[in-house]
Amino acid sequence: MKLADTFALAWGSLAQQPRRTALIGLAMSIGVGAVVVLTALGEGARGYVLAQFAGLGSNLVIVIPGRAETTGAAPGVLSGQTTRDLTLADADAVSRLPGVSGVAPLNVGTAQITRGSLGREVVLLGSTAPLLTIRNMHLGQGHFLPAGANDQTTPVCVLGDRIRSELFGNANPLGEWVRIGDRRFRVIGTLAPQGQQMGFNTDETAVIPVAAAQQLFNTPSLFRILIEARGRAAVPRVKQATLDLLKTRHEGEADVTVIAQDAILATFDRLLTALTLAVGGIAAISLGVAGVLIMNVMLVSVAQRRSEIGLLKALGASGQQVRSLFMVEAGLISALGAVGGVILGLAASFVLGRVYPQLPIVPPFWAVAAAVATALGAGLLFAWLPARRAAKLDAALSLARR
Amino acid sequence: MIQLDNISRTFQVGDQQVLALREVSLSIAAGEYIAIMGPSGSGKSTLLNLLGLLDRPDSGRYTLDGRDVTGLTEVETARVRREKIGFVFQFFHLVPRLTAAANVALPLLLAGVPAAERKPRVAQLLAEVGLSERAEHLPSQLSGGQLQRVAIARAMSMHPALLLADEPTGNLDRATGREVMSVLEGLNQRGATLIVITHDQEVGARARRRIVMEDGRILHDGAT
Repeated sequence: MKLADTFALAWGSLAQQPRRTALIGLAMSIGVGAVVVLTALGEGARGYVLAQFAGLGSNLVIVIPGRAETTGAAPGVLSGQTTRDLTLADADAVSRLPGVSGVAPLNVGTAQITRGSLGREVVLLGSTAPLLTIRNMHLGQGHFLPAGANDQTTPVCVLGDRIRSELFGNANPLGEWVRIGDRRFRVIGTLAPQGQQMGFNTDETAVIPVAAAQQLFNTPSLFRILIEARGRAAVPRVKQATLDLLKTRHEGEADVTVIAQDAILATFDRLLTALTLAVGGIAAISLGVAGVLIMNVMLVSVAQRRSEIGLLKALGASGQQVRSLFMVEAGLISALGAVGGVILGLAASFVLGRVYPQLPIVPPFWAVAAAVATALGAGLLFAWLPARRAAKLDAALSLARR
Repeated sequence: MIQLDNISRTFQVGDQQVLALREVSLSIAAGEYIAIMGPSGSGKSTLLNLLGLLDRPDSGRYTLDGRDVTGLTEVETARVRREKIGFVFQFFHLVPRLTAAANVALPLLLAGVPAAERKPRVAQLLAEVGLSERAEHLPSQLSGGQLQRVAIARAMSMHPALLLADEPTGNLDRATGREVMSVLEGLNQRGATLIVITHDQEVGARARRRIVMEDGRILHDGAT
């Protein structure tokens, strides 16, 4: 029997029952579509998180005071208990390490910022000039903090976009004075609107020199040291060198935690990939259900078409030919469902991408391929039993009954 | 052409053994025209199924064209059926979703004859049974006599040497039945061995040789 004839004959019997065929195809489509959409969502979430990290600046190494036993981004790590302060002198020493292209010491706190009668709470960042590039911040107007020794307490500040608009409206803020805490600062620049980044909104911050922030908060210590390595390859080396250096400076005690952004990134990447696989796998269960549905319908079909099967055998069809006829039928339904499911999944992904434009929702190719393969596999696997039953039908008996 | 030696076939009905055929021996020459008659349950359908290789005997030997076909594999018997045997049934057994032409083409399709070659052969077969204009009709659009003629055309599509008809007129009125019988007899005159099962005395009387069966045995076998 020619392959084309087998397909034509199988297709004919499917076309005979359009509604039944369409419904099983739909069941397959839903399964395939679910896999496509859910993996697309998972990949979207992963892409979103990775983009957020990338927004923090690349090749970043972060020094946190205190020793943490675990790595990751759990809140406990980020607020490790400290024994020795991390100081500006530490930051200076780190900046002289080979492979380091920039260092920004960081102090963070909240303070009241006022201009005339207008005032509000602000997240105050005390830092130095390199922060702008290390954190991928963008300047709106004016200048960022002046370069120079990092112990200068020059009373200047750079305002986040939201702070600027709330205090100055449409007026030009450059050169104006604002009061932060109990000190006066001259506005020398503003940040471009940037929005939320890793739960931190640059629009609602003000940046002042780190030494000024230490005086304002009355603390000799730093919250973080942000280090930018010279290239991705230098990151592990810089991380180790920083740890060694600070250990020496802190009387041989490794009382700081040095994390590479790479490590956090890799952890998130693994986590979200696992999540994508999990939701994809759960969706794939529905493909198994669709397979059982195919088996059920095929069994009914074999029972209904006994006399047709008997006839084919009388006309000279071997059991194997009958079996391949039924397998091709199941394969065609599955293929139909798979194609429908891919279309359904792509359409749904497209709509979701429109609803959540910040998520890069694109179904990964491997997921689409896996869903289609699973659909075909499930269809053929579950059709095996009915097809075998058809092949083994007793022709004489099947023909005797009408 | 056909040689049956001590063929027996038993069916299990509930917890009872039913002997459908008891040591039947039979010899049929090529080109014969035989009617098999007998009451229901006499074993004539079982005999026809065995002759058509749709069923296997429990014991005995069946030689077809000088070849022992009793022990052939499933694939081999399918091949013998396809190439040497044509079936005509009481209930026609046309595939309802296929046109008359497609039904006739089925054995060719199963034999792997290419589509281009099938077309002229099917047209000729339908012309031989006088249904050229009905080629694209579905079975539901055809009368009983026409259905049976499509079935005969299908049975002849591989030019089998043996034509087995199980009550071919059982579902037709007398006039149509005669028409169908004359089509079958025409094929017999052109050399096909024709074996017809029938209840109908008139149909039985047309055959040159009559076999009467009862209780799984041949009661009478002779020329009419």
